[in-house]
Amino acid sequence: MAPTRREFLKIAGVSAVGLVLPPLATLTGAQAGMPAAGGVSQTAPGPLPALRAKRWAMAVDAGKCPPGCRDCITACHLAHNVPDFGNAKDDVHWIGLERVDHVFPAEIHSRLPESFKRLSVPVLCNHCENPPCVRVCPTQATFQRADGIVMMDYHRCIGCRFCMAACPYGSRSMNYRDPRPFIPKINADFPTRTRGVVEKCNFCEEGLARGILPACVTICKEKALVFGDLEDPGSDVRRLLDGRFSIRRRPDLGTGPQVYYLL
Amino acid sequence: MLEKALKGSRGYGIWVACLLLLVATGFFFYLKQLDYGLGITGMSRDVSWGLYIAQFTFLVGIAASAVMLVLPYYLHDHKAFGKITILGEFLAVSAVIMCVTFVFVDLGQPGRVMNLLLYPSPTSVLFWDVIVLNGYLLLNLITGWTVLGCDRKGIPPPAWVKPLIYISIPWAVSIHTVTAFIYAGLPGRGFWLTAIMAPRFLASAFASGPALLILFCLILKRFGRFDAGEKAIQTLAKIVAYALATSIFFVLVELFTAFYSQIPGHMQHLKYLFAGLDGHNTIARWMGVSALTAVAAFVLLIIPQTRKREPLLAAACCFVFLSLWIEKGLGLVVTGFVPSPLERITEYTPTGPEVAITIGIWALGLLMITMFYKIFVSVRTET
Amino acid sequence: MKLYDGGKIIAGIVVFLIVASVPFWYGRGKAVSPPDLKLDTPAIERLKEKLCVEPAPYMRANHMKLLSAWRESVVREGNRSYKATDGKVYKISLTGTCLECHSNKDKFCDRCHDYAGAKPACWNCHIIPEEVR
Repeated sequence: MAPTRREFLKIAGVSAVGLVLPPLATLTGAQAGMPAAGGVSQTAPGPLPALRAKRWAMAVDAGKCPPGCRDCITACHLAHNVPDFGNAKDDVHWIGLERVDHVFPAEIHSRLPESFKRLSVPVLCNHCENPPCVRVCPTQATFQRADGIVMMDYHRCIGCRFCMAACPYGSRSMNYRDPRPFIPKINADFPTRTRGVVEKCNFCEEGLARGILPACVTICKEKALVFGDLEDPGSDVRRLLDGRFSIRRRPDLGTGPQVYYLL
Repeated sequence: MLEKALKGSRGYGIWVACLLLLVATGFFFYLKQLDYGLGITGMSRDVSWGLYIAQFTFLVGIAASAVMLVLPYYLHDHKAFGKITILGEFLAVSAVIMCVTFVFVDLGQPGRVMNLLLYPSPTSVLFWDVIVLNGYLLLNLITGWTVLGCDRKGIPPPAWVKPLIYISIPWAVSIHTVTAFIYAGLPGRGFWLTAIMAPRFLASAFASGPALLILFCLILKRFGRFDAGEKAIQTLAKIVAYALATSIFFVLVELFTAFYSQIPGHMQHLKYLFAGLDGHNTIARWMGVSALTAVAAFVLLIIPQTRKREPLLAAACCFVFLSLWIEKGLGLVVTGFVPSPLERITEYTPTGPEVAITIGIWALGLLMITMFYKIFVSVRTET
Repeated sequence: MKLYDGGKIIAGIVVFLIVASVPFWYGRGKAVSPPDLKLDTPAIERLKEKLCVEPAPYMRANHMKLLSAWRESVVREGNRSYKATDGKVYKISLTGTCLECHSNKDKFCDRCHDYAGAKPACWNCHIIPEEVR
């Protein structure tokens, strides 16, 4: 007898994780030379185990960013089929570069060294510990996973844009138009979005499931972006944060951003 | 009773036809919006709510203001309002329907609107707003329709209506409080993050709603063979005067807090709203009109001699409506987004289709008010 | 009992019945034959046992429910593998797993969806591999 949907859900829920499944070589992965987790060599054939964490976090060593470099933006937007509308009104982006005094208006003052004031800083979704966007979403289309990633369920979003008003970081974009014609090069391994939904950075959740670090991290030649498990004392991101002074965007708002900046 | 809305004078027919034409135009442009996406509007990544949500916010106030008639009549037996409480209730019904329509046309994925109920999210203020608005709509529709139906038959309203009317009083306060909480609970938007957002909303609502009702009463007196009575209109005018004063006072309180504390995150928005930032002063000019009309209206309403002269009273009510429409139906929403969290100043200008859709929904509301009031007047003149 | 405005009422009912039954008159005698679904893709030809993830009758009736459960599983639970009732494990992927076998979307999915008048929105976002390559 055919199983019911309920049974299927149950089966789907309990089926073992990490079962060996053939991974599809991602465009990003291929471009970045299949970056490794846990010391797997770059050319290692076969599937990589999924990367798991108690709390994913990123550290941005903004001083390492070469002037004018946009590699992380290009890699991210290519990997996730982010459209390029070429105008500020319809603009959709997951990661961007902003002037440091705009990112940290409370911290930057006129007596800082020039080299400091000229910095451009990568900004992306902070995957907050206490995300206001999740709190305000009327359909739970945006939600927080156990590992801290703030996800979007594009199937469920009704496009009310309450989350855009709630996000204190300007990390979210609305698809005001059909994005498909504006995607420079379609990556077949990741869906596009449809008109009328809000989108944002997902910490490359789809890559982590295949054992690949985020696209922006792997593409960065300067190693300015460091990603890892904040709860793991041996992780790269923890070692970096343990050794240097770091700040977060608008910590006074109590959102608990999980992107840390070393300036 | 509905059939009474279908028969009327030539002027009534022309008026209804004009409104239908505007509704049809709005619908035509909504179909265009469905095809193209919300990019057809002036909204952008930085200013992600615009005219639609602003109208929604303003109209929640109009809807809530019915309580200014219901409360004195039912709780304090203010007899002068007896003739017009139903007008207030029908105004509320029409305003709530406009509200819901404005939220609907603002959705990027209107086909998924049922997700609001399929995945109820008690942490979301918008979820609660949908519930209180629909509840308020039902309450007013049921009580207004039943009371009018009994009037027609010349019998007193059934006893079960009373509790519903009493419930509708705090419920009216709740719809505007919940709507204010949509804004007031967001971190990082300094302009909205204020505890007096809900009181401010209620004050401006109790000025703009009754002002609109006075205008409707004056129109009905002139064209509809229905006189609400001098006493009722004057009482309403006094309500408008003091609610307007409270509303102006609240805005001044906001200005003091921001500019005396000198906290940039709070000052910037108000500077943009009233003076403009970096030469971007379109909204500031509108706000100039809002401030002037508010003061003029207050003067006209507070002096008994001017308040009692009908043409001046009508002018004052138009001023109140215009002033608060600019403040709440335009300035309040857009200014929350300017400057953006990344300190960008993005101007918002509604597009033609967006304005046409907005006018279409207003016309739909006016059409409903027209028909409800036509039924009301027909019933009243019959008995 | 007297029927007021009887003529108008009856005329109204007749007009309503005519309008409501127009589709039946319009489609009379134009039987649409059931769709001819193709299962001859290279990937299916290579299969020893020509089986979908679940038995065909179940899939025919419930594939949309299965896909809905799959999407909840991946997006909301982060679980990307599906254990079928026969114990086999599949990677949950519409474009990877489903379309790997059914690479002839236009001769399989679309034909039946057209016949049934179903308009799934999947392809607004999910990419048909054939169209990119």
